[in-house]
Amino acid sequence: MSKRFSNIAVPVVSVLLGLIAGAIIMLISGYNPINGYAALWNGAFGDTFYLGETLRQMTPYIFAGLAVAFAFRTGLFNIGVEGQLLVGWLAAVWVGVAFDLPKVIHLPLSLLAAAAAGALWGFIPGFLKARLHVHEVIVTIMMNYIALHVTNHLIRNVISDQADATEAVKETASLKSPFFESVTDYSSLHNGIYLGLIVAIIMWFILEKTTLGYELRSVGFSQHASQYAGMNVNRNIVLSMVISGAFAGLGGAMEGLGTFGNAFLHSGFSGVGFDGIAVALLGGNAAIGVVLASLLFGALKVGALNMPIESGVPNELVEIVIALIIFFVASSYMIKWLLSRFKKEEK
Amino acid sequence: MDTLTVLSIIISSSLFAAAPLIFTALGGVFSERSGVVNIGLEGLMIIGAFTAIVFNLTFASTFGAATPWVALIAAMLVGGLLSLLHAVASITFRADQVVSGVAINFLALGVSLFLVKMLYDKGQTDIIKENFKKVDIPVLSDIPVIGRLIFSNISYPAIVAIALAFVSWYVLFKTPFGLRLRAVGEHPMAADTMGVNVTKMRYIAVFISGLLGGLGGGVYAQSISLDFSHATITGQGFMALAAMIFGKWHPLGAMGAAIFFGFAQSLSIVGSSIPFLEDIPAVYLLIAPYVLTILALAGFIGRADAPKASGTPYIKGSR
Repeated sequence: MSKRFSNIAVPVVSVLLGLIAGAIIMLISGYNPINGYAALWNGAFGDTFYLGETLRQMTPYIFAGLAVAFAFRTGLFNIGVEGQLLVGWLAAVWVGVAFDLPKVIHLPLSLLAAAAAGALWGFIPGFLKARLHVHEVIVTIMMNYIALHVTNHLIRNVISDQADATEAVKETASLKSPFFESVTDYSSLHNGIYLGLIVAIIMWFILEKTTLGYELRSVGFSQHASQYAGMNVNRNIVLSMVISGAFAGLGGAMEGLGTFGNAFLHSGFSGVGFDGIAVALLGGNAAIGVVLASLLFGALKVGALNMPIESGVPNELVEIVIALIIFFVASSYMIKWLLSRFKKEEK
Repeated sequence: MDTLTVLSIIISSSLFAAAPLIFTALGGVFSERSGVVNIGLEGLMIIGAFTAIVFNLTFASTFGAATPWVALIAAMLVGGLLSLLHAVASITFRADQVVSGVAINFLALGVSLFLVKMLYDKGQTDIIKENFKKVDIPVLSDIPVIGRLIFSNISYPAIVAIALAFVSWYVLFKTPFGLRLRAVGEHPMAADTMGVNVTKMRYIAVFISGLLGGLGGGVYAQSISLDFSHATITGQGFMALAAMIFGKWHPLGAMGAAIFFGFAQSLSIVGSSIPFLEDIPAVYLLIAPYVLTILALAGFIGRADAPKASGTPYIKGSR
């Protein structure tokens, strides 16, 4: 079976299996799966408002997915996207609230702050991995919690005076788009979607067309071989985590400058960073795959909200479907085996 | 407040918070010692917490005061069942163990919230009436000083957890079963050559981690949160994972680390009422367990090395 074929077949089959399993769960629990999925579809693409919401939800997913995928290509598993996203969110809003600048400077500066904060949060696990061979999975998990508590502390005690949220960011730092508001019936879609697509292209370019990208991928394939070929493996590991963290930080800026327009206390994680893992996996860790997968997950998440209203199915069903999709992608060995079985029978 | 009272408050609330972490961290030790990374501990705790609460609410009138204990058995079984899914994916289908663990976390949360909506038609359950309370242990609490420090105002699960840590240590390090389990995690090919069934050992280990993870979640839900919602288990599983690493993949180490994390957690709650701690901002106490884990991993507090084969599926015949 060709690699290209299985690269496309595995995610498609996984999504189908996930949806079928979801339908079976609905049947067993006494709901009508056709009504359920119809409500899901209407809630995601039914009219321009829902379409706008879907694209808005897709935006941070692109960044989170790219962040996970980028690290993955260097052989690193960045579970810390959630934390990097939170610090990026706060940094963007902080700059957005604190300064009075013309838009051409203020907005880029806010985005830069978010990227820098995320990069810093990615640098620490990258450095520890490169220098001390500490497993990045554990460090990034720990960094998530540190980010959660530190950002909450800063929002409560430093940026505001014991309030639950910061002020709204200044108009000059906002990503809000009057154009999108008018064409999508006042959905919360904002200009960040352009940025997401641009960053996806940048990631594709870095990875596929530059020496740096070649080295990063090479380290992902084999650290020893790369070392032998004269590449600086440690530098590449740190760099990969820094770039990954910067992507994640920008994802936070999308929420802070676009969707919500402020930063607020989080009692738990936003979930976007963890969903990013699913997005990256489903997208095969490639830029175009991540964009498509974010569209799917954005649609699932937004459409889910309509399920209880139109069909009575609890929206948590979608979480189960997403979990199963990840599960099937992870067990791609099984799917490849099944596919090769089918092929044999055809012959 | 005299020192003894302060100490007794700290010890009792530390152990109270630590009990669920100890159970779950022990589960992690079993799984990782056999060579299977279990990021899914969080999910196992979620499903355990959910099962325990639903069981407790449903059968409180049948079992009366024994309900929490019976509910724990149910939580363990469901946790074990869920962990088998992780086992199938990561052992039989050779899935990336971390990814499969992440899927378990998503799945547990999705399934339990879906069922809560279906069963109760709202986002969270009612508060249970039969729960684990802090009690004075008869006889033992009458011992001077120690009785007051350790055996009074304590919850039974905490004592069971500590005892279980010693049992786990014995099983892992003093029995043939434990030797085989550790061998499978260090060098599966060597173990296979010696006639140890690698797949079977790993399945058993992951199943045990599921039982213990479910138990941890059940204890947490029935002693601390007392109901179940999306916010019941937020990170306790990862905390247990951290305790396991902090404890260097050793049952007693994991127990010690879990108690320490319980201590740090309880300080952030009771700290404001203790004289010399009230001035420290809560954020430092909140992030302390995580920062310390990173420092421990970085080697500042002694090196921590994972079992050698941890994270790699065993494929017969491959070198």
